[in-house]
Amino acid sequence: MATKSRVNDFVIRIATVNGTGSASANALLMKAIFRMGVPVLGKNYFPSNIQGLPTWYEIRVTEDGYLARSGLTDIVVAMNAQTYEEDLAELTPGGAFIYDSTWPRKELHQRSDIQVLPIPLSRMCNEAFVGSRARILMKNIAYVGAIVALLDLDMDVVHGLLRETFGDKHDLIDSNARAIELGHDYAVSHFECPLDFRVEARKPVTERIMIDGNTAAALGCVYAGATVGSWYPITPSTSLLDAFSNFCKRLRKDSRTGKSNYCIIQAEDELAAIGTALGASWNGARAFTATSGPGLSLMSEFLGLAYFTEIPLVLFDVQRAGPSTGMPTRTQQADILSAAYASHGDTKQVLLFPADPKECFSLTIEAFDLADRLQTPVILLSDLDIGMNDWPCEKLTWDDDYRPDYGKIRRAEELEGMEMFHRYVDYDGDGICYRTLPGVHSKGSYLVRGSGHNQYGGYTEKDDEYREVVDRLRKKFRTAASLVPKPVIDTYERPHGAIISIGSCDGAVRETRDRLEKEGLRLDYMRIRAFPFDVNVTDFLSKYSRIFVVEQNRDAQLRSLLLTEITEGSEKLVPILYYGGRPLSSLDIIERIRTQLREDKAA
Amino acid sequence: MSFIKKPRIIHPESRPNSIGLSINDYEGAMSTLCAGCGHDSVSAGIMQAFFELDIAPHNVAKLSGIGCSSKTPTYFLRGAHGFNSVHGRMPSIATGANAANGELHYIGVSGDGDSLSIGLGQLCHAIRRNVNMLYVIENNGVYGLTKGQFSASADVGSTAKRGEANHLRPIDPILTAIDIGGSFVARGFSGDKDNLVPLIKAGIMHRGFALIDVISPCVTFNDHEGSTKSYLHTRQASHAAIYADYIPVRDEITAVLDKGANVVPLHDGGQVQFRQVDDKYDPTDRSKAAGYIRECQERSEIVTGLLYIDDDAPDLHMLSDTSETPLRDLEFKTLNPGAKALEEIQNAWS
Repeated sequence: MATKSRVNDFVIRIATVNGTGSASANALLMKAIFRMGVPVLGKNYFPSNIQGLPTWYEIRVTEDGYLARSGLTDIVVAMNAQTYEEDLAELTPGGAFIYDSTWPRKELHQRSDIQVLPIPLSRMCNEAFVGSRARILMKNIAYVGAIVALLDLDMDVVHGLLRETFGDKHDLIDSNARAIELGHDYAVSHFECPLDFRVEARKPVTERIMIDGNTAAALGCVYAGATVGSWYPITPSTSLLDAFSNFCKRLRKDSRTGKSNYCIIQAEDELAAIGTALGASWNGARAFTATSGPGLSLMSEFLGLAYFTEIPLVLFDVQRAGPSTGMPTRTQQADILSAAYASHGDTKQVLLFPADPKECFSLTIEAFDLADRLQTPVILLSDLDIGMNDWPCEKLTWDDDYRPDYGKIRRAEELEGMEMFHRYVDYDGDGICYRTLPGVHSKGSYLVRGSGHNQYGGYTEKDDEYREVVDRLRKKFRTAASLVPKPVIDTYERPHGAIISIGSCDGAVRETRDRLEKEGLRLDYMRIRAFPFDVNVTDFLSKYSRIFVVEQNRDAQLRSLLLTEITEGSEKLVPILYYGGRPLSSLDIIERIRTQLREDKAA
Repeated sequence: MSFIKKPRIIHPESRPNSIGLSINDYEGAMSTLCAGCGHDSVSAGIMQAFFELDIAPHNVAKLSGIGCSSKTPTYFLRGAHGFNSVHGRMPSIATGANAANGELHYIGVSGDGDSLSIGLGQLCHAIRRNVNMLYVIENNGVYGLTKGQFSASADVGSTAKRGEANHLRPIDPILTAIDIGGSFVARGFSGDKDNLVPLIKAGIMHRGFALIDVISPCVTFNDHEGSTKSYLHTRQASHAAIYADYIPVRDEITAVLDKGANVVPLHDGGQVQFRQVDDKYDPTDRSKAAGYIRECQERSEIVTGLLYIDDDAPDLHMLSDTSETPLRDLEFKTLNPGAKALEEIQNAWS
């Protein structure tokens, strides 16, 4: 492995201290590779902290365009002495270890299976720049310069990015370019450049963008016509409302008056955040809120109210590692069950599972349509990995002929001709009733109540009247199963089994399937995109004698949901779980699948 | 309590208002509260206020939380859109509803449990945002539906029906609201409809959050000797600091200005006339108003009337600079930037 040339297929891990400006250096590096036409993936591991704690940025260069961590580390840039030992241990044999040798460390030279590249970054930057802040920032840019030389990156691309970033701030362009040069020249004169790991420019087949899921979801809210966004700050969902706010300032100001065609309310807590969205939605605006696990727990009472009173609502749960406060800056898919049955009593919620930022955009549009069509909350279960990391995606597209589906609303003209409006009568037999908007017509008035109500909306404590309503809600949920996004299914001829997964597991699952296929093990694949499960999910489950359910939580929540709702084949569904908080890699799952398949073959 | 469907009786002398509706059109379902409950008087006051203001019921959104008081929206304005939400969270529903459409009249009815314990946070933040609505607290010092526990408005030393005294200091919604920037703060008494109805009318027409704390005795659990929220105690201990009335724009020319009365113009064109009992009292001076109320409180006096008003304070929509057209009425083509804009936005990410 050490001698094999690794063009466009390796992982760089950069260890820094948070609050030192390394994020912009890392973004510059990743973008440079991306601009050279090579698929690249960035994952940020940051602490729940403002300044001074270890943070890592991992860049995977992947010719094959895989969308997951590889689980290996080929190059380490160690800029944080606190984590030298850990970073050294992380390096895969054959890798390269770059560190700031202003203060040389003998112990870093103990591994014979790697290459150590000491660069006196601090000393060079202290000599070249004035002021402690500039010296710290430029030290980060200088390692980018060294990597440019070591990986044979295109220097013109790097300079182009500096010009784009700093615009007419020529002094910043100059100082950054100087720092790049320092790192570059040192590497060229002291090491054999490029390394075995290196980047070769490619001409990409499709035009791609780098985008994070929260930004894409926020853009989805703008395009779906949402006007009210209410929220309470919580990692990792905060950037969704930040992005919505920025897009609205740019795209939602009235051209004549300059006034805002939107309203963003930073609520006092998550209860108020969802209450505000619900109030706006009741009143006919498309409204949403965004949160993460702890917020979902707080919102559950209102989710029950919205379910029972049948008010549309879009809720983004950008999942993080729980339970409780858990690990706020680490990713997981552990809210599946609490979201599916959020709130007391017999409640069931509609869930959508985007797999990447592009789907965060498209499923957001669907979420608003479904919420209006079904008159119920729709929860988009994203996660920190999708929400906050930059992913390479195909460009987002928009069809100008799209019109929103506002669902069954009795407008003023219809109400005028009606003798009497009844809120919860199932006229169409699909479990979905007609609603009215406040203030539209005197005949449309009714009282929304979370207490027991009959099909006319009146208060009731009568057995049969109550059951009529909750039975219809069950029927509506069955209708929902036929309307939600279908699963994505990939099949082989003569498969050995199958994988079921959701959301951000997709990249790692696809890579696993490719690798197993090369070993002669063929696994069909279904990525579930929504709950309730539609007939395709049920059919898929019945087809195989061995199914691996890959998900990122300890308790196999997706598997439990499948077994609860479909009640078939608990012994054939093998849970494949990873819940350590890092984005899933194929290494986390492949061995367990392989072993099980071999046992199955032997049996 | 009654399950009887309310008969519709039109009094022969009842006259329609200027939009052709009679007072009966402002009624709701038959109340299921205890006979003599103060809340029913408040509901009657709300009906009368909307009737006299010529506001069509379907242009009103009535909201509530959970508790005896929160049941009352069913008992008035059957033609209004209603939202009986969850305990203590009505202010957030009202905030969102108002954000979506500022053109309706919003009235929230809550109680001392709903507003001062479980919902204190939401109440405070709705006041801070100055959501344009009337918010009525029907304050009786106890939890009725759960059989008479003290609420956070119970005075120190006030006794429960079984005799035990409350030892925790009360939260006064009036002083709280004045302190955190309330733009209309009033106190009424359900047993004094003459003074309550003008307060409700002024509160409806005020631009911003109008809080009226109405002492509304609980005849079943808190109307005994030793209670400071009983009818008797309230009658004996309360006095008006100010008599206020709302004068709509059409009546301004003909209205006789009370001798010694002051006027606060409202943004709808109408005005509030008020006459203070005590010359030193100034309902437009926040700190003096708070000081006066606190002094009365220390003497165990319940001061009523329009205690503070600032009709110039920006409301939620002004603070958010939202469009003139209600957000919910904006057309999709106005809201959607289109395919070309999406292409341009993405240039920064390629």
